[in-house]
Amino acid sequence: MLHIDMQDVNKWFGDLHVLRDINLSVTRGARIVVCGPSGSGKSTLIRCINRLEEHQSGRIVVDGVELRGDLKTIDEVRREVGMVFQQFNLFPHLTVLQNCTLAPMWVRKLPARQAREIAMHYLDRVRIPEQAHKYPAQLSGGQQQRVAIARALCMNPKIMLFDEPTSALDPEMVQEVLETMVSLAEDGMTMVCVTHEMGFARQVADRVVFMDAGEIVEVDTPHAFFNKPQHERTKRFLRQILN
Amino acid sequence: MTPAFPLVSGSLRRSLRRSRSSVMVSAILIGSSAYAAFWFLHWAVIDAIWTLPPGADSTACRAVAGRGACWPVVTEGSRFILFGAYPYDQHWRPALACLMFVALYASSAVRAWWTLWLAALWIVVPAAAIVLLRGGVLGLTNVPTDLWGGLPLTLILSTCGFEAAIPLAVALALGRRSAMPAIRVLSIAYIELIRGVPIITFLFMASVMFPLFVPEGFTVDKLLRAQIAFVLVIAAYLAEVIRGGLQAIPAGQHEAAASMGLNYWQATLLIVLPQAVRMTIPALVNTFIAFFKDTSLVAIVGLFDLLGAAKAVNVDPKWFGFSVEVYLFAGAVYFVFCYAVSQYTQRLERILKVAAAP
Repeated sequence: MLHIDMQDVNKWFGDLHVLRDINLSVTRGARIVVCGPSGSGKSTLIRCINRLEEHQSGRIVVDGVELRGDLKTIDEVRREVGMVFQQFNLFPHLTVLQNCTLAPMWVRKLPARQAREIAMHYLDRVRIPEQAHKYPAQLSGGQQQRVAIARALCMNPKIMLFDEPTSALDPEMVQEVLETMVSLAEDGMTMVCVTHEMGFARQVADRVVFMDAGEIVEVDTPHAFFNKPQHERTKRFLRQILN
Repeated sequence: MTPAFPLVSGSLRRSLRRSRSSVMVSAILIGSSAYAAFWFLHWAVIDAIWTLPPGADSTACRAVAGRGACWPVVTEGSRFILFGAYPYDQHWRPALACLMFVALYASSAVRAWWTLWLAALWIVVPAAAIVLLRGGVLGLTNVPTDLWGGLPLTLILSTCGFEAAIPLAVALALGRRSAMPAIRVLSIAYIELIRGVPIITFLFMASVMFPLFVPEGFTVDKLLRAQIAFVLVIAAYLAEVIRGGLQAIPAGQHEAAASMGLNYWQATLLIVLPQAVRMTIPALVNTFIAFFKDTSLVAIVGLFDLLGAAKAVNVDPKWFGFSVEVYLFAGAVYFVFCYAVSQYTQRLERILKVAAAP
């Protein structure tokens, strides 16, 4: 069953054509890694899935709901789609625990006690329950990103989007965040990740999507993608990032 | 070593030259401050007259005028300066009202007391202070607002003015950034219009022009009119301060809130505004301090706040000519409050620091 379906999606920023005829189908439980040079439109692509960016033509259906631009469908989709950002985007004026309980309480209308239980469950899962009462600024980058993952999971989403989750981290902290993402993948979460972590792509991705200049150039299994890339642009990209 | 030498000797020479001139500047500053302090000490303490025999007129004071201060003008006039024309035998009421305000400010400085109860107190205490001053209930004689004056008037105008202005200011700041053109244009027009006109104009309009536009026999209390004028003006200034804070919130905060399904109002009230207000505390307090003192402009429309009452003491023929002492006293009262607010803010910034870091 299709979980995310994008058909002939186009998007412009002014005159700049940032997404060109995008067709992408993601089945339930699939793990998609999107990669490509900077400016290729990969972030814009996943931001269209939860309507942080608006597409101008084509169809995007997420979990059976078509994104048309009315607030009702946008809210429906956002409730079911969690997102993790490059810059973490934790709320600095709230504690780790409050960051995690906010949306369940205000969007899902859960009682505070239940929201706290869920939050502690996921903080435990990302292995930082002891930081629950600290503020984001007191945590390391890797810890902050794990909190951001826990915060998204607290909404019990059906789909998780990752927008370069390890790009802003110091190298020694990349691994702890990737491990969290791997364990999430093992649980069968539908995931779309924009990342340059090719080790992660090899290990967990069902399919690797390579984008360049707003187009999807190539979609392959990781094995085919790394060993027998079809297109010249893909080969050039792989040469650049694997060396 | 050699190439570095001319550089070192050059900077050494520069710093020597700078230090020679800085020594001179320091000497001049210290010398003139010492002279001023010496002169002030003589005037305010050594050559000053502290008390006069009961019933004495101000002849003794006039003899030292210009050389020494005459403090009896303050000790005798202090109750008028502090409480204005409020009936003398009822002075405990404005005194109690002032204490209530001070207690409210002080309790707000305790981090552990920041609860909804404290928020409720900020409504209840000013209301109670106004009832206490106004009377007419609980066996208190009614005192019309045109007899109110001095410190309680200053505290009411500034505290209530600020409280009432904040919601309006937030609405204007959000309105100015609204995606809806009508709301945006109205907010901009309001803010620019009010900021472009002196406060005195609004006080005059509230006190002189307003009665011309309403049916005869319909009156709104003069103090209330002045208060409303202040609220409308303070709101325009605060709106710009808060807008500055709103603009400083990174787009990622809005995106994170949106991606979790929070709607505009939830994101604004739970995520954006709390951070914007924290960021703008120094500017907010700056505005408060400015308006705390600007409440003295109500003297223009015949209300006697702290400064207005001080001025009125000088009109008394007995104390005519001793305005310096009276203004020093009034200035000291203003300073105590403003300095306390400033200290409170620094505390607040320290408390919020850890949570405010990005």
